[in-house]
Amino acid sequence: MSFDSWQAFWDMGGYGLFVWPSYAVTFITLLVLVVHALRRHARLQQELQRLERLQQRERKSP
Amino acid sequence: MARSAASSPAGSRVSRTHPLVVRFHKLGSPAYFHVLAGRLLPWSAGATAMLFLLGLPWGLAFAPPDYQQGESYRIIFVHVPTAALSLSIYMGMAVCGAIFLIWRMKLAAMVARACAPVGAAYTFLSLVTGALWGKPMWGTYWVWDARLTSQLILLFLYLGVMALQEAIEDREQGARAAGLLALVGSINVPIIKYSVEWWHTLHQGATIFKIDRPSMDPAMLWPLLVMLGAFALFALTVVLIQVRGEIIARRLEALALSRPRSAP
Repeated sequence: MSFDSWQAFWDMGGYGLFVWPSYAVTFITLLVLVVHALRRHARLQQELQRLERLQQRERKSP
Repeated sequence: MARSAASSPAGSRVSRTHPLVVRFHKLGSPAYFHVLAGRLLPWSAGATAMLFLLGLPWGLAFAPPDYQQGESYRIIFVHVPTAALSLSIYMGMAVCGAIFLIWRMKLAAMVARACAPVGAAYTFLSLVTGALWGKPMWGTYWVWDARLTSQLILLFLYLGVMALQEAIEDREQGARAAGLLALVGSINVPIIKYSVEWWHTLHQGATIFKIDRPSMDPAMLWPLLVMLGAFALFALTVVLIQVRGEIIARRLEALALSRPRSAP
């Protein structure tokens, strides 16, 4: 461990204003990427299931 | 018995080819890839989480400070992985574009389309974290030198590829145009890589990806490699999710075409 206290950790030797925003913007971007991909996949999957159910019903009663 | 009868038409056609060829042939089928990606996803997502849980505390708290840059150098653990992978993902995207252009393999176009947003995001992050590192070390957020400018061009190339993929109504035509742009733009990749040697720049030279041994202390190099692995597996995870979505989107289009009554 290269810091003696939490305060030293947040301060980052005076560079906290540059280090922490770097990590923040990185992980916010990663979160946006994965949430966007998951929501798109879920929406498409739902739409496909709806269409397939519809088609099955049509096949039963033409 | 029913099973062997059902599989015989396809089976007899490829039975004499090498098993690896059959594998590749199957891999190119979107339906097979959808299942494969689904099986792979929990592993890649789990490994991503584990590597981040290891690499973040290691890089932020346990690695020693730099003797010249103090604690500010800790930006390296997000800056270098995003920058390095922005180039690898671009090459992957360009190769998929070429495969689609030459062999018309639909799955390659889907993978290229899934790569673009992740690559663009990593390029954006390399520029932002680089600016935040440049301010305390160089005294400026931005300089128009070869490394930074060529990396900015990479971002515009990604955005151009995405625009072509999204904007052109005909999917095939859009994928072809995007593949061509990705291929032509790949000339920028070696320019970025060697920009720090070919031109005078504020940016420091390579420390890991060079022919000699990396000129970096193992106490810093190891957490950096862990973070590189984490970002690489994260990219893989998002690409797998996006390709699965893409495969479903294509199936939806096919279904809509086969049911003209439901069309508006």
